[in-house]
Amino acid sequence: MATVELTFSALPAHVRTARLLATAIARRTGVEESLLDEVRLAVGEACSRAVEAHRLHCPGEPIRIELCDDSGRFEVIVTDSAPSDELEQGRDYSSIRFDDPLGQLPGTLMSGFGIAVIVGLADDVEVYPSQKGMRIRMSWPAAAGGLSPV
Amino acid sequence: MDLKLDHHSEDSLTIVEVEGEIDVYTAPRLRELLIDLVNKGNFHLLVNMEKVDFLDSTGLGVLVGGLKRVRAHDGSLELVCTQERILKIFRITGLTKVFGIYASVDEAKEAHGRDK
Repeated sequence: MATVELTFSALPAHVRTARLLATAIARRTGVEESLLDEVRLAVGEACSRAVEAHRLHCPGEPIRIELCDDSGRFEVIVTDSAPSDELEQGRDYSSIRFDDPLGQLPGTLMSGFGIAVIVGLADDVEVYPSQKGMRIRMSWPAAAGGLSPV
Repeated sequence: MDLKLDHHSEDSLTIVEVEGEIDVYTAPRLRELLIDLVNKGNFHLLVNMEKVDFLDSTGLGVLVGGLKRVRAHDGSLELVCTQERILKIFRITGLTKVFGIYASVDEAKEAHGRDK
């Protein structure tokens, strides 16, 4: 069960809020301090990608982020509503590399960079592209039961 | 933290000082500055990222875009960065092979002087 859900309109200014929230909840859930930077960056990347996609395809639709602390892991799911037909379902994103970044289109480059950074940072990542939108699920190890309340 | 930008020239090198967070919200300001500098004939840029707290793929895209622009004028765009959390992003994306990355402004200036 998700402990926190946030929906936000597709504005770049809200991405910072989303990653600060994710970092705060990761800390509360018991994710190691050394991993918090990775959580912050990976969640920021997923939200940035979603905001850019919504601005192109559906600027009025909200983006949803779910932060869960089930079974000793901190899980984040970012869901957008923009068709992601440029990304192939079932592709192995762990192999993304940029041999010629200067020769690529800026949009393709940044979208690809974003996914590559998420895959490089999160302990466990699944990307589900579809015509109805993309869902990125990522997780990190957390203390079982999270931190006790102060 | 917001993004603070400043720049100054030393001989043929323009040093861009960046402080704060470079993300999807703030990166357009860095893009505008780099474009403006190139349009004014500054083709050798050194971006000092020692005070950058956060960098995402939007920021990487802006730096790659800047590099493309200066290369079109036989120029250079190099970076100063020693922060592991920022360097890690360059390594993940393979961009350590694309950018010259130095440990200090002095080291970068020395290398630039040798290459002239």
